[in-house]
Amino acid sequence: MADVKTQDFFAASAVSIQDPILRQALIKVGTGFDGARLAAIEDVTPNRWDEWREEARQIKIHTLDHLDYYLDLLERNVAKAGGQVHFAADAAQANAIVAGIARSGGVKIVTKGKSMVSEELSLNPVLESIGVEVFETDLGEYIIQLAGETPSHLVAPALHKTKEQVAQLFSDKLGLPLLESIEDMAKAAREILREKFLQAEMGISGANFLVAETGTLVIITNEGNGRMCTSAPRIHVGITGMEKVIPSLQDLAVFLRLLPRSATGQRITSYVSMVTGPRRETDEDGPEEFHLVIVDNGRSKMLADPELREALYCIRCGACLNICPVYKKVGGHAYGWVYPGPIGAVVSPLLVGLKQAKDLPHASSLCGACREVCPVKINIPRMLLHLRNELAESPDPKTNAATPVARLMARGYAWLMSSPALLSLSHRLARSLQRPLLMLPFSPLTKGAGGIGRVRLPFLSRWTRAKDLPLLPPRTFHEIWQQELSQTARRDT
Amino acid sequence: MTQVTVTRASLFATCIVDQMFPQVGVSTVRVLRHLGVEVDFPPDQTCCGQPLYNSGFNQQARRLATRVLDSFDGSEYVVVPSGSCAAMMKVFYLDLFQDQPDQLKRAERMATKVYEFSQFLVQVLGAAQGEDRLGASYPGTATYHPSCHLLREMNVREEPSELLSRVSGLTMNGLPQAETCCGFGGTFTIKYPHISEGMLADKVENVSASGAETLVSCDMGCLMHIEGALRRRGVDVQTRHLAQILDPTKPEPGS
Repeated sequence: MADVKTQDFFAASAVSIQDPILRQALIKVGTGFDGARLAAIEDVTPNRWDEWREEARQIKIHTLDHLDYYLDLLERNVAKAGGQVHFAADAAQANAIVAGIARSGGVKIVTKGKSMVSEELSLNPVLESIGVEVFETDLGEYIIQLAGETPSHLVAPALHKTKEQVAQLFSDKLGLPLLESIEDMAKAAREILREKFLQAEMGISGANFLVAETGTLVIITNEGNGRMCTSAPRIHVGITGMEKVIPSLQDLAVFLRLLPRSATGQRITSYVSMVTGPRRETDEDGPEEFHLVIVDNGRSKMLADPELREALYCIRCGACLNICPVYKKVGGHAYGWVYPGPIGAVVSPLLVGLKQAKDLPHASSLCGACREVCPVKINIPRMLLHLRNELAESPDPKTNAATPVARLMARGYAWLMSSPALLSLSHRLARSLQRPLLMLPFSPLTKGAGGIGRVRLPFLSRWTRAKDLPLLPPRTFHEIWQQELSQTARRDT
Repeated sequence: MTQVTVTRASLFATCIVDQMFPQVGVSTVRVLRHLGVEVDFPPDQTCCGQPLYNSGFNQQARRLATRVLDSFDGSEYVVVPSGSCAAMMKVFYLDLFQDQPDQLKRAERMATKVYEFSQFLVQVLGAAQGEDRLGASYPGTATYHPSCHLLREMNVREEPSELLSRVSGLTMNGLPQAETCCGFGGTFTIKYPHISEGMLADKVENVSASGAETLVSCDMGCLMHIEGALRRRGVDVQTRHLAQILDPTKPEPGS
């Protein structure tokens, strides 16, 4: 599996939030992607959009409720079309299957279309270790492969790089002169990759959808590289998660409407490729072998948990990233694993281990914008809350990450709030102490325009880093009610 | 025409209003009474339990939620001057008690009774329809920050603006990126201060850009958060809860 750095979220986000280049890129995510999404919804009308979302959600609910049936149907129909389905329980197994196909096919060069699942599995190093050269052919993926980095966005993997950085990278790694325009860079990459498409014995693609009734792999792309990977080389290996299956071509229609609009605001992508088996006798070209590797890698655990099953509805459009105020501050790499943003904060803990990723479910203000934009209406905030609960209260020490201090504070808070008398007493005490404390030299409190400027006490100091704290009022509402309001007769007007 | 129906409502003040901003509770009571509501205040109330629930400590949250269910058992309506606490009581209690059938029934009953302040005024009292009964005036310019839970859990979108449009002397300015979170998020601002501050900085810039003298919202958590940054940066914008804008009687006791 891909390197896990989810445990470093706090530190990584504190660094990335200061990165001025990243900040500019992330502003464009909001205005560009999300703006385009909104315009696309206006275009079809919000009412119809909501009907599509509900239809898609119902298809996902139905398919995942009967996943065994549809996977079986898919396998039979892929076989009928002359292809072969491989089921992989985890990353190691999936990588071994692909490496096995490469080895027995005498493969030296692989061209790859964009696949988040292959990022999740860390497939490339495994292939490289058996002497296979792997070329990412999606422009963004190609850039980050050259840079030795990981994607920072589900749809736009190299979003964090400026064109100047890419020009420098192409110069350093490919020996090209410093190119100025994006067109020139795309052209340079295309020339290099075109040659690889012709040389490659194996093409690897992901899959946006798998259609069970026909055994069809569907990918949607804008660069055409995906179709080159699935058609030019002798062997085509599709690799994806088991949740990507849908029952029928009829069902595909609504997803083809939802996915491009949610991702980039496009009505349809430049290419929609539907691959059913290898080349038939009557076909002019196409691969001789078609393999479909269907990966579990933790997904059946999600499927078994009714609270978290929804995460498998995700179609990886990235809309929740583009709207998320946290993602738009810290960027994708801070999340420390393949899947960033709100959906990543749910999926990563489930796939890499909750304790290992314990900061991610808390990396949200629970504002709910992600849920509002999700094309399959995934309730991400609710799942984050569920994971927070697991972390705080699970009886399993492998899952429970609550510190003794946190547990004590929760208990203390509940205890204080269970007694109005005690709460009143503590208010009286605190409000009588606050002003003298502000006068004292070496006090943990200092004055600010809004009352208290700095507090040198645990937790409260985090509040006063950038904002003042109001002073406690002379009376609580309880006191005012008792002293004045409860006696006030209702005044009819 | 004589009006004989009297609406009775219990106020859940919320712990932040009780402890930090009692004048908001006072204004809430005044507005409700002005509109002919008989208001009571169950004295046992403290916190709805949301800080615990959001931190994952559901067991402790249930302790506080049970107290709320007890305190407001006999209430006809429960009015809450906070979208976030109202969402806790109307939406999240159902999750919190999903495995306890008896309590769940009580939570379901509670869910039908809970209204956020502006929601109650518009949906139950009809205060945004017909002849003006609010009698509110607030000279100046203001802008409105829709708090996230009010917007997306309570689905209260237009109600506050409908009420604000009836305040005499008040000019409402648009708030750029109004529906983006201010970064408060309860414990979030303590857990990830650097991210929270980044979000807050955007909100403060947008509030400044609105050109309004007053920032209005329906949640004191967000307002305390935003006000803290306004004061720290010396930005001359005041913050007010919607109830304070609608309050027909000024000055305020307790201040």
